[in-house]
Amino acid sequence: MSSTSATHDPRGATGAPDGTDAPGPRRYRFLVRSGRDRILTGTAAGLAETLGIDPLLIRLGFAVLTAAGGAGIVLYLVLWALSTEPDTASPATLSRQRPRNRQIAAVACIVAGSMLFLRGAGIWFGDAVAWPVALAAAGSALIWARSDEGDRQRWARISEHLPGNPMASVLGGRISPLRVAAGALLVAAGMGIFLVANRALASTRTAVLVVLVTAAGLGLILGPWILRLVRDAGEERRQRIRSEERAEIAAHLHDSVLHTLALIQRSDDPADVSALARRQERELRAWLDHRPTPSDHQDLRGAVDALASRVEQLHHVTVDTVVVGDAAVSEHVEALLLACQEAAINAARHSGAPRVSIYVEADPDGITAYVRDEGAGFDVGAVPADRRGIAQSVVGRMRRHGGTATVTSKPGQGTEVHLELPRAAS
Amino acid sequence: MRNAGPRTRLFLVDDHQLFRSGLRAELEDEFEIVGEAGDVDQAVAGIAALRPDVVLLDVHLPGGGGATVADAIVRRRAGATRFLGISVSDAPEDVIGVIRAGAHGYVTKSISPADLADAIRRVHSGDAVFSPRLAGFVLDAFRGELPTSIDPEMDQLTPREREVLRHIARGFTYKEIGVRLNLSAKTVETHVSSVLRKLQLSSRYELTRWAMDRRMI
Repeated sequence: MSSTSATHDPRGATGAPDGTDAPGPRRYRFLVRSGRDRILTGTAAGLAETLGIDPLLIRLGFAVLTAAGGAGIVLYLVLWALSTEPDTASPATLSRQRPRNRQIAAVACIVAGSMLFLRGAGIWFGDAVAWPVALAAAGSALIWARSDEGDRQRWARISEHLPGNPMASVLGGRISPLRVAAGALLVAAGMGIFLVANRALASTRTAVLVVLVTAAGLGLILGPWILRLVRDAGEERRQRIRSEERAEIAAHLHDSVLHTLALIQRSDDPADVSALARRQERELRAWLDHRPTPSDHQDLRGAVDALASRVEQLHHVTVDTVVVGDAAVSEHVEALLLACQEAAINAARHSGAPRVSIYVEADPDGITAYVRDEGAGFDVGAVPADRRGIAQSVVGRMRRHGGTATVTSKPGQGTEVHLELPRAAS
Repeated sequence: MRNAGPRTRLFLVDDHQLFRSGLRAELEDEFEIVGEAGDVDQAVAGIAALRPDVVLLDVHLPGGGGATVADAIVRRRAGATRFLGISVSDAPEDVIGVIRAGAHGYVTKSISPADLADAIRRVHSGDAVFSPRLAGFVLDAFRGELPTSIDPEMDQLTPREREVLRHIARGFTYKEIGVRLNLSAKTVETHVSSVLRKLQLSSRYELTRWAMDRRMI
């Protein structure tokens, strides 16, 4: 039910979060844990998504209430028990709402009110623990709760008017320096009060305590920042994987469908054309159904031979293969084979040479392959960037799988493509 | 080359009449074809009687195969007759078998007539003729996967020999290899010949077993 949070208007949630007190109508599920943003169970983030607040605020609230008498833990467990898992790995709607200052204030008020209530009811670890923690948490929230767009622009405008403000330039306007200063001050004050208030309790272990409290304070200041860095890195990695997958699909389509279309354009025989089309359709379906090994051979030799006969059949050239050693066909070895095939097809189509030789050697260091023709050759530097064959299907593919590809060619002197796949990658 | 002196005397061994006729037609101009045979017994008798310079030897023959022929002749008399294996087969045990029996080279039947004539000339002059396939098999056989042989020193290829074989396997000619490795063509030939010698001298038992294993793949 991620759509509930996606359509949630942040402004509608600025008041008291009454949704947490009474179960909502059955058709909205009361609370869906976040599948995407979770530290423990995703309950806090789920609550934050439902309310349209920064999850950091919720987490700090839980932390403060925990320090105030353990109530945070109880509340967390109750919410966790009432909440449900997200439906699927449904594409998490990035509906992270920008918290507004009013929201921060609201959460702070709720937490403070709860604390006073707990204190009155006697569920309380003591003033010396609860208030400093609350103070420090407020500081952390001030630093790290994301300021909304208007806020940021306002700060950017102000910092423009302040000549030579190094903080603003260092932080790129992301976090306003005033907030950082105020927040750090609050955290430091929290730490200080805690130390002063507890000196009587633990006079013998003061040094240890100071160290611990300092560490906790630094954690409050730096923790969210590190968390965010890690999360951004994860996001970046996902993006990269996505774009690599895309490149892999593009390379596959180039190798298969585009080649077939080129052959069809050159063919005059209707029977030939329909045979080509049928074969391509079969291959494409097989590929779509289960990401298959295009060569259904388990060993390198068989796979190279199959590849050679495919190229021979389609392009009417002789392909000589020599394989030294053997290796299992892993995903990476398969990429090398596909790059090999593409290089051989290129040689068959463009070199004009009647034969292409493929040499593959597998040894303990890795797999080396050479695809060579004695045909027309070309100027390697003068290939237009939009020609996908070499760039995508050979060089790019090898790079994506941890290998390298080198093309050596001169007009009139044939072409040799050299592929290397280190054992570590294969 | 040979034009000045007497022409190279060639003997053809192949069980297909049609293929022998084809070879004869292609090679007649340059070589003196002194005889031909279609099985092992004819071949051994013919070669012993006619003493040709070069025998073009099919690997698959009724009555024991090309290796038997070469073996019988080489054992009878370490004469001047040299053998060049030729086959449609690319199976390693066939190729290695005929080389082990004493052939100086091996080519496949897909070779062009000009290349074949060149190979015959080279074998006659004492050089070894390695096809890319053969080079691949030899590299494979000497990869160090073979257990201890009779003479481990003799059985190892030097890095240079390995590099030369690798280039042959990639489809380069001796001349091109010379240019790429900065060697004279003669030096390349020497390397190839010494590889051949090692192949013929290395442990018969281990090489045969290697070839048998290959078939099972």
